[in-house]
Amino acid sequence: MKNAGFLFAAYIATWLIHGSYLVSLVRRFGRVRQQFKELGKGK
Amino acid sequence: MKRLFPILSILTAIFLAYALYQALVVAPTDALQGDVYRIIYYHVPSAWTAFLLFFINFIASVEYLVNAKPSSRTAAKWIVIAIGVVGVIATFLPQVQALLPTGMRPSAVATTVLAIPAFYFLVGWLFPGEKLDVLAVTSAEVGVVFCTIVLVTGPIWARPVWGIWWAPGDIRLTSTLVLWLIYVSYLALRRFSSSAQTQMMAAALAVFGALDVPLVYFSIWFFRTQHPQPVIGGGGSMDPRMLHTLLISWMAFLCFAFLVAWSRFRLELLQREVEQAHAMESLAGAGASAKASLPLNRSA
Repeated sequence: MKNAGFLFAAYIATWLIHGSYLVSLVRRFGRVRQQFKELGKGK
Repeated sequence: MKRLFPILSILTAIFLAYALYQALVVAPTDALQGDVYRIIYYHVPSAWTAFLLFFINFIASVEYLVNAKPSSRTAAKWIVIAIGVVGVIATFLPQVQALLPTGMRPSAVATTVLAIPAFYFLVGWLFPGEKLDVLAVTSAEVGVVFCTIVLVTGPIWARPVWGIWWAPGDIRLTSTLVLWLIYVSYLALRRFSSSAQTQMMAAALAVFGALDVPLVYFSIWFFRTQHPQPVIGGGGSMDPRMLHTLLISWMAFLCFAFLVAWSRFRLELLQREVEQAHAMESLAGAGASAKASLPLNRSA
């Protein structure tokens, strides 16, 4: 494969971006669930 | 619907793996560019997905704005129907066809024009009231992720093919970067503004931001650019196996985008529920303290 480095760099970069976004979504979900729990305790 | 999510996630993962296999193994090598051309199987579907998400954001924002007044809602419905009818008829008139760039099929333009009323009524029906705003922020955020991929994979392809990472002044590249910046500022506005009018201001910004999408798309039709000319629907030709792989990749990315947008939509709904609960709590707290400070025991 010629220029395979560029090809794989593009594919890896794509999944790194998607992966980072998914991690940020999971973290935000966790934060919201925690806030829900705190609200429940408050009541 | 929640039970369906894990099943759809597994199916999408299999679909993405199949698309990757098609892109790396099945699709033939390009005679001029070699294997590096295979970047298009991620670059182009990401661009199309981003455009679709920004289009959904545009429709949701317009509906959110017009729903503020019942009279404008009715007027907007008729305007949208008129756009669909007049647009479809116009694309088949010889005078209008003469204005279309070479290779652009009138049927493709008519389908795109018809998508405006179709999406408008579908979005309005599926996402009533505040859900329109939730859909707008969701589609913008996921759209920015896909647009980021376009801006990252494009230069990685350009370096070995053009010999440069970026062609300064190229209208396709510059307008894509501007599009990304517009939606990043849209998200920043939503994130950092505490005004009661934030949703309205963001919707207005999104309507103007969406005007850049046709500029990005048609820039390679109307202007001379470093960016490759359109192959699909642009009069060019593509090996059927390459086209097949490209469409499979796009379908796989669309399924993935749908799942990500679905998760983001649920997250936004949950966040708003928490915010409302906090607001109610503080209101209740403020009410209780106000009651306590009132001179209720007048006999004392």
